[in-house]
Amino acid sequence: MAAEIRGKPHIIVRNLTMAFGSFVLMRDLNFVVNHADVFIIMGGSGCGKSTLLRHLVGLIEPAKGDILYDGVNFTTADPDQRERMVRRFGILYQSGALFSALTLAENVSLPLGEFTALPPKQIREIAELKLALVGLKGFEDYYPSQISGGMQKRAGLARAMALDPEILFFDEPSAGLDPISSRLLDDLILELRASLGATIVVVTHELSSIFTIGNNCVFLDTDTRTMIAHGDPKELRDHCPDLKVRKFLTRGEEGTEALEQHD
Amino acid sequence: MESTRSVARQPELSTRRGPDSTLIVELKGLWRLDGTAPTFDSLAPRLAAEHDLRRVAFDTSGLLGWDSSVVSFLVRTSEMLRVRGLTEDRGGLPSGLARLVALAEAVPERAGARRGEESAPILARIGSSGIAAAAAATDYINFTGQCAIAFARLLLGRARFRRADFVEVLQQCGSQALGIVSLIAFLFGAILAFMGAVQLQQFGASIYVADLVGIGMAREMGAIVTAIIMSGRTGAAFAAQLGSMKVTQEIDALTTMGISPFEFLVLPRMMALILMMPLLCAFADVLGMLGGATVGVGMLQVPFLSYYRETIAAVSLTNFFLGLAKSAVYGALIAMAGCFNGFNSGSSSSAVGDAATRAVVAGIVMIVLACGIFAVLANIIGL
Repeated sequence: MAAEIRGKPHIIVRNLTMAFGSFVLMRDLNFVVNHADVFIIMGGSGCGKSTLLRHLVGLIEPAKGDILYDGVNFTTADPDQRERMVRRFGILYQSGALFSALTLAENVSLPLGEFTALPPKQIREIAELKLALVGLKGFEDYYPSQISGGMQKRAGLARAMALDPEILFFDEPSAGLDPISSRLLDDLILELRASLGATIVVVTHELSSIFTIGNNCVFLDTDTRTMIAHGDPKELRDHCPDLKVRKFLTRGEEGTEALEQHD
Repeated sequence: MESTRSVARQPELSTRRGPDSTLIVELKGLWRLDGTAPTFDSLAPRLAAEHDLRRVAFDTSGLLGWDSSVVSFLVRTSEMLRVRGLTEDRGGLPSGLARLVALAEAVPERAGARRGEESAPILARIGSSGIAAAAAATDYINFTGQCAIAFARLLLGRARFRRADFVEVLQQCGSQALGIVSLIAFLFGAILAFMGAVQLQQFGASIYVADLVGIGMAREMGAIVTAIIMSGRTGAAFAAQLGSMKVTQEIDALTTMGISPFEFLVLPRMMALILMMPLLCAFADVLGMLGGATVGVGMLQVPFLSYYRETIAAVSLTNFFLGLAKSAVYGALIAMAGCFNGFNSGSSSSAVGDAATRAVVAGIVMIVLACGIFAVLANIIGL
């Protein structure tokens, strides 16, 4: 929130290797996410983008390497410290992951009720506020099954924001949304970053989103099993030495041009 | 040091009059979602007490930090100001805060979205639950009809289902259930023998424990015990399987492929239970009688051979086959209760749990009802 921390490293990933048993998915990942960045994790389908996100939030343990938040090692932290760190995260899962037995307001209230000492009336007010922020005013008493997929996703975002997180993680925010809804969600992400100063980590392969919201990114490559680019996506599109990255960021156009020249 | 600092950081709310009928609301200190931040309720009476007011402005120069507590406070304040027709000057707010408040107000409430508290009068509630019960009964009849059609197609050789599925269900509700059925049936036979023995010993008629256990298990108890175990074990599993298939739209996918879910899902399950229940029941009968014999030989000192002969003499084939026939019917009822509730499950994780519960309850109720009907029928035709 404070201006002085903006631009300082928030998340540092050091020599991270992701593996399932003996199968190594990605190795030697090294990157830095600064405070108030919108950081994009991108790469082709099945390259391990979501898996990297799951490592960052602690759902999967790294096979090797460390993840640091504000200089504190998350990987080696003891369970209590880890729980405190996780509480500063807000995570929007791919399909919302709302609790189907609870109403929207109850979904948002759940973390507030568990982790703050607020009276029920104020919890309800905060829940209503969060739902209003994502444009769901008046839908407080609906169950997730009674609203559309896009609304479920926005409600999931309201729940992710319940505790005013310092870092918001988004797993494929625009999957299953029409172009206008996904644009609105992008605007919302930018607005939240501007007003809350939160750091935002997004897994996506939507090019329009990548250029609209992202100011920092990492590109995961399946063939080499490691990251092949890191930095501002617009810079990478124009100046990345790796053809594969330029091809991805221009929807293959760059690559065909190069091939034609080659012929 | 911490205590002196915490005084200055205490969240505070104060108001003062400014020029031009303006009320300046001053926010100070560190506002956090920890229950210490003032709420709108503490501002409301002060606002109400002010006269000839036209504008409300904010002074946040002393605000050290903020989160949702301030946003919530401001959103409620501006709602109130709008109701009272006062202008609000958000110039004194930090830009992030002003943007968040604007964002919260950006999408107006959709008309008709909000629902009032539903408190229907008691008569209306009785009426609507009656209507719901009637609709459920219609559904059940419909379901039974669909099952009958599926069976008819099976007899004509036109039913579509995977043989591999059928074999898997057979295994699931046949051999895999053998352990639990054996254990319960053995214990049940022993308990039956023990209870009979206490009474029969008084007349020196201990040997008739064999008759009691033999006829009891073969005619009624073997089938009932097996049916109740299978209802809890397999009926609930059917409901949960079909319920979660409904949640993930697998049943819709089958329907749109032109495959009847009744043939594909219900038929193999129902056939498997109808085939396996009599086998399990025969097994339960024998183990129940063995349980009885254990008590008879061990506690009443009846020689095993006498107990065996008495049992053979007492249990007629009619009793035995009557029990097996019943168990086949119970199997059909369990499969129906399970599949029906699975098909009619809601589409949430808790609804699938409810469907499994309802499948077990409905299954057991139907088994006991059917048992009663069988008793009356057997009496009429003199079996």
